[in-house]
Amino acid sequence: MRFIAFILAGASLLLPAGAQAQETAPDALVKNVTTEVLEIIRTDKDIKAGNTQRVIDLVEKKVLPHFNFTRMTALAVGKDWRQASPAQQKILTDEFRDLLVRTYSNALTAYKNETVEYRPFKMQTGETDVTVRTQIHQPGARQPIALDYSLEKNGNGWKVYDVVVAGVSLVTNYRSSFATEIRNGGIDGLIKTLKAKNSSLEASTRK
Amino acid sequence: MKAVFFSNISKIVVIAAAAGLLGGCATSGNPKDPIEGFNRAMFGFNEGLDKVIIKPVATGYEAVLPRPIQTGVANFFSNIADLMIGVNNLLQGKPGQAASDAGRVLVNSTMGFLGLIDVASSMGMEKHVEDVGQTFGRWGMSDGAYVVLPIFGPRTARDTLGLAFDVYTDPVGHVDHIPTRNVLLVTRVISDRAELLKADRIIEEAALDKYSYVRDAYLQRRRSLIHDGNPPRELDGSAEQEGDNKMAQAGESAQPAPTQTAMRR
Repeated sequence: MRFIAFILAGASLLLPAGAQAQETAPDALVKNVTTEVLEIIRTDKDIKAGNTQRVIDLVEKKVLPHFNFTRMTALAVGKDWRQASPAQQKILTDEFRDLLVRTYSNALTAYKNETVEYRPFKMQTGETDVTVRTQIHQPGARQPIALDYSLEKNGNGWKVYDVVVAGVSLVTNYRSSFATEIRNGGIDGLIKTLKAKNSSLEASTRK
Repeated sequence: MKAVFFSNISKIVVIAAAAGLLGGCATSGNPKDPIEGFNRAMFGFNEGLDKVIIKPVATGYEAVLPRPIQTGVANFFSNIADLMIGVNNLLQGKPGQAASDAGRVLVNSTMGFLGLIDVASSMGMEKHVEDVGQTFGRWGMSDGAYVVLPIFGPRTARDTLGLAFDVYTDPVGHVDHIPTRNVLLVTRVISDRAELLKADRIIEEAALDKYSYVRDAYLQRRRSLIHDGNPPRELDGSAEQEGDNKMAQAGESAQPAPTQTAMRR
């Protein structure tokens, strides 16, 4: 009984998000989410007081549903992805998601007071893979930082599968260190390293 | 000035030679990073230098100086840099962008009070990022090996050569009054470093291994810059691997050529 209620609750949570995302254009999606999240980060008392966990919770709630982490993890792992069993792929995705959420939360907190400029966006009809370009204007900096989001359209609407900061993909930048881990300890070795990294970061947040 | 140039060149030659010697004993298999052992040591040295001197000074600079003054300082150096950025755009066959860069220098040096205010950007003249290493890249020179230089940090063989030209043509380096020149050079380093303070923790927490995270970010960034922010996609992992090996081989065989190009200039 409880199990059915859980499934129903889950489904009802997923439905509106899916329907809504399908109607939103990719550039509008990026803009809406960025604006909303930055607004909360700028005003929330706990976040202003330095509560990192709260930013992470916020990102998980507001940003995470718009990301395709399986695709991101596959991109980061590269050709070894096919070697991994479905179970390993699932764990890798979960661990990599935690790491990326933390990185993204840190970036949002660090740059919360900068202005975001949305670059002109053009899309051909029927296109399913696009890049939404933004620029972060930092006072005291020589030039703005380019922040680009790659999005892909699938059944659930547009999902971000890459975030590129100043020409550096936060996803594929892991490829060579992931490959080294896999060469040294196999897929399980990489999983172990990611888990250790995440738990040490979590421990430092709690302090 | 010639002496400075040649001493820089000779430094690089010494570094390259030392790197070559050490390279033999350090293999980790990354085709882009054949001298990883040397590079890691140099990376450690630079990190230490940053931790002890540069970062604390930049942190103080950021904490003490009001934001508008920091912006003014950054704009001042940005304006000086625009001059050579324009020249590089011209060398890369982008006369439109070069003209815009020249326009930026003109506008910012006059209306912007010697470059302290970036009027040009608010007039819609976009700031570009160019250097000689990128120009060489545009001309088809491959990256060559990744190398971590002392103080200057990550470069590739091609970008090291480019850096020698950048240093030689740097207007700040040509200021005749030596104490003024030194103050300007130091202030620029601090201003540049202060800009990156916020990124420190992000990189620290994101990286599994900071050395390779910084290396791969540098290589990606250069690739993106050479293509002015629109590098060709490299999505399929297996295809990229093959491409990398080809590039690395091409890099080795092409290495005598860059030197010849440099000599002719």
